[in-house]
Amino acid sequence: MEIIAEYLKQERSQEWREELRKSMKSKDRTTKVRVHMPEEDPIKRAKSHIEVNRGLTMEIAVEEAQRCLDCPDPTCMQGCPVSINIPKFIKYVEKQDFAMAARTLKETNALPAVCGRVCPQEVQCEASCFYTLKLKKIPVAIGHLERFVADWERNSGNMYVPEVAPSNGIKVAIIGSGPSGLAVAGDLIKLGYSVTVFEALHEPGGVLKYGIPEFRLPNEIVDVEINNLKKMGVEFINNFIVGKTATIDDLKEEGFEAFFAGSGAGLPNFMNIPGENANGIMSSNEYLTRVNLMNAAHDDYDTPVFLGKKVAVIGGGNTAMDSVRTAKRLGADKAMIIYRRTLDEMPARAEEIKHAQEEGIEFLNLNSPIEYFADKNGRVNKMRLQKMELGEPDSSGRRRPVPIEGSEYELETDLVVVSVGVSPNPLIPASLPGLNVSRWGTIIVDDKEMQSSIPELFAGGDIVRGGATVILAMGDGRNAAAGIHRYLQNINKK
Amino acid sequence: MNRIVAVENLSESVVKLEIEAPRIAQKRKAGHFVIVKLGLKGERIPLTISSADTEKGTITLIIQKVGVTSHKIAVLNIGDEVTDVVGPLGLATHIEKIGTVLCAGGGVGTAPLLPIVEAMHKAGNRVITVLAARSKDLIILEKEMRAFSDEVIIMTDDGSLGKQGLVTHGMEEVILREKVDKAITIGPAIMMKFSSMLTKKYNIPTEASLNAIMVDGTGMCGACRVTVGGSTKFVCVDGPEFNAHEVNFDELLSRLGGFKDEEYKAYQTYLEGLKKETV
Ligand SMILES: Cc1cc2nc3c(=O)[nH]c(=O)nc-3n(C[C@H](O)[C@H](O)[C@H](O)COP(=O)(O)OP(=O)(O)OC[C@H]3O[C@@H](n4cnc5c(N)ncnc54)[C@H](O)[C@@H]3O)c2cc1C
Ligand SMILES: Cc1cc2nc3c(=O)[nH]c(=O)nc-3n(C[C@H](O)[C@H](O)[C@H](O)COP(=O)(O)OP(=O)(O)OC[C@H]3O[C@@H](n4cnc5c(N)ncnc54)[C@H](O)[C@@H]3O)c2cc1C
Ligand code: SF4
Ligand code: SF4
Ligand code: FES
Repeated sequence: MEIIAEYLKQERSQEWREELRKSMKSKDRTTKVRVHMPEEDPIKRAKSHIEVNRGLTMEIAVEEAQRCLDCPDPTCMQGCPVSINIPKFIKYVEKQDFAMAARTLKETNALPAVCGRVCPQEVQCEASCFYTLKLKKIPVAIGHLERFVADWERNSGNMYVPEVAPSNGIKVAIIGSGPSGLAVAGDLIKLGYSVTVFEALHEPGGVLKYGIPEFRLPNEIVDVEINNLKKMGVEFINNFIVGKTATIDDLKEEGFEAFFAGSGAGLPNFMNIPGENANGIMSSNEYLTRVNLMNAAHDDYDTPVFLGKKVAVIGGGNTAMDSVRTAKRLGADKAMIIYRRTLDEMPARAEEIKHAQEEGIEFLNLNSPIEYFADKNGRVNKMRLQKMELGEPDSSGRRRPVPIEGSEYELETDLVVVSVGVSPNPLIPASLPGLNVSRWGTIIVDDKEMQSSIPELFAGGDIVRGGATVILAMGDGRNAAAGIHRYLQNINKK
Repeated sequence: MNRIVAVENLSESVVKLEIEAPRIAQKRKAGHFVIVKLGLKGERIPLTISSADTEKGTITLIIQKVGVTSHKIAVLNIGDEVTDVVGPLGLATHIEKIGTVLCAGGGVGTAPLLPIVEAMHKAGNRVITVLAARSKDLIILEKEMRAFSDEVIIMTDDGSLGKQGLVTHGMEEVILREKVDKAITIGPAIMMKFSSMLTKKYNIPTEASLNAIMVDGTGMCGACRVTVGGSTKFVCVDGPEFNAHEVNFDELLSRLGGFKDEEYKAYQTYLEGLKKETV
């Protein structure tokens, strides 16, 4: 902790920072109004897959950067799971040295263009900004600025590739190429390890690729970040399922000395209600994978996808929001969210709910499906719903939905996407009998070093948390990389 | 990677490919399958590993042309590469010595049946294999099956080879003749449904290998779900083999037809494209 405080102080006392601080009065900074992210027109964007948020212009970004007070104790950083040096990068923006701003981001975050887009900033860094905590004002737009810097760097065509220590020849295997795995890879390659990422699918990126849609996170952006890791020397092997194509023991024999499991929470939950296996009813994983990873909506790609005019998406998380907005873009007249609580309890990001509303998504809150019906070809055509009311709070602190007797009714639908959560991917635990797992199937690790009950196996992200965020997964990855480093230094000393 | 080293046409619509995939060859057991994807724009389809050569590091796939992707794969040549091959997937067949095993293969179901027949034979079982198809030209792998079976019965709808009749006729003949300890049925869902009804009548434990529609093949999407014994299972991770008497075949049939219109259209467009190219 002290080292960090010392480092922050040193950085902050650099001449250019002092000058910048003096260049404008704090009062002038705090009276500025937070920028608005320019957005595509809702009617236009709901018919295409273009990104909704268009990004800040340089002028606006600099304006916003001026709001940041360069606090001596930057509380914002405590809200960031990867501890980005937020004031430093923002002050570089104010100074219009965007290349250095980008470098600052890369000190601790391997995927700034991704996080700037999909982080729930409103509950992380921005929630602990001085503006929010002390001034009771709208926080500095940290996420928008992060995205601006990362985009600026990518568009400059001159991306900074962090320095890599000379190779120490020690082989580390990363299982899964989601954000947690990519974070570990980025840190360990810098330390000189020989890093191989094994991915079960035919493309790396995890949920960033197959889950989150183009209109929020273009796949191209993820690819650029992955290419950067490749340039640093990380090897990516696709179509390789650890536990099937080779076991961890096989890989040990091939010389891998430590492992990181970032295999995610890949198994979709269903509600197990009558009729749920009809055609036209699928998990959000299936729907989004077909559309995002397999490009099913493009005629010249071979993978098909069911299209619907009256689409019902069950659930209230980010995944549900992504599915329903995808359905709208694929031509649904009615695209509905069916959620058993109210907007207030919805776990999806506030921004996504707002965007969905603007795009004409209908919200059937306090509703829960109890049965599906199909036509003679087995395709869903109707669902039976039950109305709910909110009762006492449950263990999650949210008020529990209670069915209202006699409130059942029927609704026509021709496509249903079930988005009621996922369970941890059991492949790794199943292939390692000695591994400690919780009763939910998540891998148990010590939360500092992310080490599992098998000393050479570390884990993080959704396989440990059951379901989280991109940046929490990356934070785990960074901790695990530090843990792996210490572990390998120790055993190689002996 | 995944280079094709041998191609053999088994019938007009069935082709056998031997592909370099050393890791998969090492790990695979009878009952396992791979997911194959061809080209950037291809779809992912499941195909059973029919056999493997660990020394050469190759796996053999037997593919029936039914639609766009199977067609594209079936027309590959020696030296071509299959873009993506991942596996081995699914649970391996439970192989043990139980006595007499009746194996029924319908159409291209014969391909996934072959490694099971081989393994059951090597485990010391008496193996009787019934192969069924519409006509003589569609009967495949007869020679290979004979090598591992104590007896092979061939049934064709039109009587052009073996006996005339359905797969169930051939099976029932055996069941009435001698004690069968276990049956295995692989083929079109409708064939598995009827052979399962038959063995149920005679109380013979039966496994069916289900050919559900898949995307990832790793349990991530749920496209392959079927109802077995009243609860939902994912064919790719819980199967592909299940107790046939508990499988809801009508649901499987309906789900297999889910994309029929899209597939039919895509296949016709594809075939027309081929015609144009050859003109
Ligand atoms: C639709 C959707 C929208 C979301 N939106 C947001 C958002 O806006 N903001 C946010 O912060 N979070 C969001 N999340 C959550 C976030 O994406 C996840 O928490 C995060 O991706 C978890 O990262 P991970 O590294 O644990 O694994 P994942 O991203 O799940 O990746 C795991 C990877 O491991 C591979 N794998 C699994 N098993 C094996 C094996 N045995 N061998 C090899 N490879 C294997 C998988 O194929 C996969 O590619 C969203 C999630 C979804 C599904
Ligand atoms: C575990 C497993 C193992 C398999 N092993 C083999 C094998 O060894 N050899 C082989 O030739 N095929 C096998 N199949 C079937 C094969 O995956 C399908 O034939 C293939 O997906 C069809 O793709 P397509 O694009 O060519 O046809 P599509 O255009 O997708 O479909 C054309 C027609 O085939 C039917 N069809 C689609 N998918 C399937 C399916 N999964 N099973 C049966 N019919 C289907 C459709 O209803 C349609 O009428 C297996 C399937 C599974 C699930
Ligand atoms: S990574 Fe996420 S939490 Fe951290 S500063 Fe960026 S937007 Fe905020
Ligand atoms: S807390 Fe807010 S104002 Fe202070 S340094 Fe962080 S972003 Fe700037
Ligand atoms: S194919 Fe996706 S879960 Fe089985």
